Amino acid sequence: MTFTLFAEAASSASSAFGASEQAYLFQARQMQALSFAAHIPLVCFGIAFPAFVVFVEWLHLRTGDDVYRVLARRWSKVMLALFAVGVVTGTILSFEMGLLWPNFMATFGNVFGLGFTIEGISFFVEAIFIGIYVYGWDRLSPRTHLLTGIPIILSGFSGSLMVIAVNGWMNHPTGFTLVNGRAVDVHPWAALFENSYFWHELIHMYIAGFMVAGFLTASAYAWPILRGRTSRYNRTALIVPLTIAALAAPVQIVVGDWVARDVAETQPVKLAALEGLTTTEKGAPVHLLGWYDGDRVEYGIKIPKLLSLLAFHDPNATVTGLDAVPVKDQPPVNVVRISFQTMVAIGSALALLGVVYLAAWFRLRRLPATRWFYRAVVVAGPASVVALLAGWITTEVGRQPWVVYRVMRTSEAVTGASGIPVGYATLALVYAGLAVAVAWLLRRLARAPMDMPERSVSPVAGGGPDGPR
Amino acid sequence: MDLAEAPIVLMLVGLAAYAVLGGADFGAGFWQLLGGRGERDRELREHAHHAMGPVWEANHVWLIFVLVVCWTAYPVAFGSITSTLAIPLFIGGIGIILRGTAYAMRSGAASPREERRIEIGFACSSILTPFALGAVIGGIASGRVPVGNAEGDLVTSWLNPTSIALGFIAIATSAYLAAVYLAADAVRVGKPELEEAFRKRALGMAVVAGAAAIVGLAVVRNDAPRIWDGLTSGSGLVAVILSALAGAATIAFVAGRRYGPARVTAATAVGAIVAGWGLAQRPQFLPGLTIEQAAAGRSVLIATLVALGLGALILLPSLGLLYSLLLRGHFDEGAAPRSAGRSETAPRTGNLLPAAGVCLIVGLAATMPVTSAWGRIIGIPFLLAFIALGFVAIATAMSTAAKDDR
Repeated sequence: MTFTLFAEAASSASSAFGASEQAYLFQARQMQALSFAAHIPLVCFGIAFPAFVVFVEWLHLRTGDDVYRVLARRWSKVMLALFAVGVVTGTILSFEMGLLWPNFMATFGNVFGLGFTIEGISFFVEAIFIGIYVYGWDRLSPRTHLLTGIPIILSGFSGSLMVIAVNGWMNHPTGFTLVNGRAVDVHPWAALFENSYFWHELIHMYIAGFMVAGFLTASAYAWPILRGRTSRYNRTALIVPLTIAALAAPVQIVVGDWVARDVAETQPVKLAALEGLTTTEKGAPVHLLGWYDGDRVEYGIKIPKLLSLLAFHDPNATVTGLDAVPVKDQPPVNVVRISFQTMVAIGSALALLGVVYLAAWFRLRRLPATRWFYRAVVVAGPASVVALLAGWITTEVGRQPWVVYRVMRTSEAVTGASGIPVGYATLALVYAGLAVAVAWLLRRLARAPMDMPERSVSPVAGGGPDGPR
Repeated sequence: MDLAEAPIVLMLVGLAAYAVLGGADFGAGFWQLLGGRGERDRELREHAHHAMGPVWEANHVWLIFVLVVCWTAYPVAFGSITSTLAIPLFIGGIGIILRGTAYAMRSGAASPREERRIEIGFACSSILTPFALGAVIGGIASGRVPVGNAEGDLVTSWLNPTSIALGFIAIATSAYLAAVYLAADAVRVGKPELEEAFRKRALGMAVVAGAAAIVGLAVVRNDAPRIWDGLTSGSGLVAVILSALAGAATIAFVAGRRYGPARVTAATAVGAIVAGWGLAQRPQFLPGLTIEQAAAGRSVLIATLVALGLGALILLPSLGLLYSLLLRGHFDEGAAPRSAGRSETAPRTGNLLPAAGVCLIVGLAATMPVTSAWGRIIGIPFLLAFIALGFVAIATAMSTAAKDDR
């Protein structure tokens, strides 16, 4: 595997295609960030929600209990709606890759494009089987119908694997040689999959997907339970997503530890930004909260040697500081630091909530009775989304000023076209409308009448009023 | 054809598939807007909506396919096109968001009035998007995209005679394809009055699309002489003639209510013209950049083709399954009554919990103290297995237990 050393490569990465003087680089970055922020929570539902639906359908097939059937059908409608919105927000992302960062695509599209090609295939499979699954209720035999859900789950995994492989490559670029600003001698398989850096990102994101989809779905049902609507339908709809999120959240801490150690090794400047560590230090501390003033963390609560311990599992290990690179190569510390601490704080709280839930089950074999538990679950849903986005901000802003770490600057990747502020404003407006529309739709889908077993003992054959429309 | 041209052939196949399948979905939106207003026509609009339900997402993915193959195999061309044609691509993107949103929202509409409002949003974006994407093709075909980062004119690259003509052709073709397919679907679901309605629309729209194509050719002759030359000689001419013949055959089939062959010839007419464009443009991709020069290195092209080849082994049977279920009417209302195959027993998941516990212990033991890669390679799968097994065990036990204390 060939890999050009950073310093000289960085100066020439833009020469082949042409970097531009873009006055609105920051707006371009904000526009991209907005598009990701809208899409990533939907990705979580793409990853995890099909598993919930298929599991509930399996329970129905095994027990013959119609509560599961009603729940699985309703969820499959939600799944389709969120998938449709995910499809379009994902399409915008692929447009923006070229619209906003043409030089990045022109220079490195050949290196990482393979990942998106395979992602495109899994996305295709997902789209095909989601159509078959959702429109196949009552039209395929129960067993076949259940089986058509499996490819959705698998392609959700393979799709995220590919996208994360590309992101891993951006953070740890390998598999090419840069000659006169063109990537030559490209080894696309090696660049994406022999990359040591992407496995932790993949597992971290995949588990995050189950946490976000799990806690958000659970919070949607904790709310009616708090208000006294404790039907078995609502409790089942709470139990299924909450169980998987409760199991995933503590495991995420173990995976997070792995991520931090890989970042320490591969992207020491990013790690220094996570803490606001200016100079290289032996036995480096962690400051909780506080503000980085360009030199050190003010007003933070200092915990000595914790950073060394966390990053290298050795309290006296040497941690590289920000000043290892010139100021122009350092990421914006406060954004990264605050995002990171937000993610860790929320993640820890979610893990605690998960442990409480599991402990209650082990000791009492039922749901906790206290209202505080349900209140916590209601909060956990939105909080998990905040943690998810904070995590992405940590890794993406932490990579700045590079789009391809130490090879191409974001400012070199950006388009030369004018009108970015107009595009940004338009997209912000459209996405605000999209958020309102999705909220409206989910409320409507939750309210729509479905044939509950109490009302119709023999389920309606064929489409009927609750058929997918 | 050599290796450098193989990806662009696949891109043109993808583009043709998107123009036919995605185009028919856009056209369905078109008919929701212009299909009529009254209560009688509500059925017509409903039919247009239902027909695309199961396949809407899959049809859209063809566009993504074309984009990713382009940026992988021809990255410099991709960067040049997207930066110069940023405006129509952005408009098309916004149209795609509005369309997807409106499509998803329709399943939540509670009254005909709400439904109508959402449909209008859906329909407008169904017209905007093909126009914008047609304009993009026009900009490329008429040689208005130079190589480089936003080197071309941001406005005239897509507001020019060829782009505008292609934008309208895209709208007309979509509406025409949709009318043919919707008439065929109406026969399948046994609604003769809908069949007649869409048959008339198909015939009318065939005339409009044919006229648009002829006007388009005249525009291309003046505005994009290179393409005109390519389309009027050699293999490009063959493609144009094939497209015209297939278009005429479609009109005859629709007039004679033979919709099965009409589906095929309508698709052929569109596919042939996409192929004709490729043949006419060859070997140039962008001005001063041949396909050969634009192509990524050999290793990348081979990797892409291998990935697509292996992907096709999964994709083609899956697509076959989807469309055969659709066309055989398996997704129609009341198609096949479900058989009640139930065991009526609570699932036994008692053994799963101890297994989950073992996985947790092994996973933690392997990942925590050891900093080696092997510890993780062993440990992480065990931790994932712990989540999966624990989930099935606990969620099953809890939700079936919840039954007792209702």
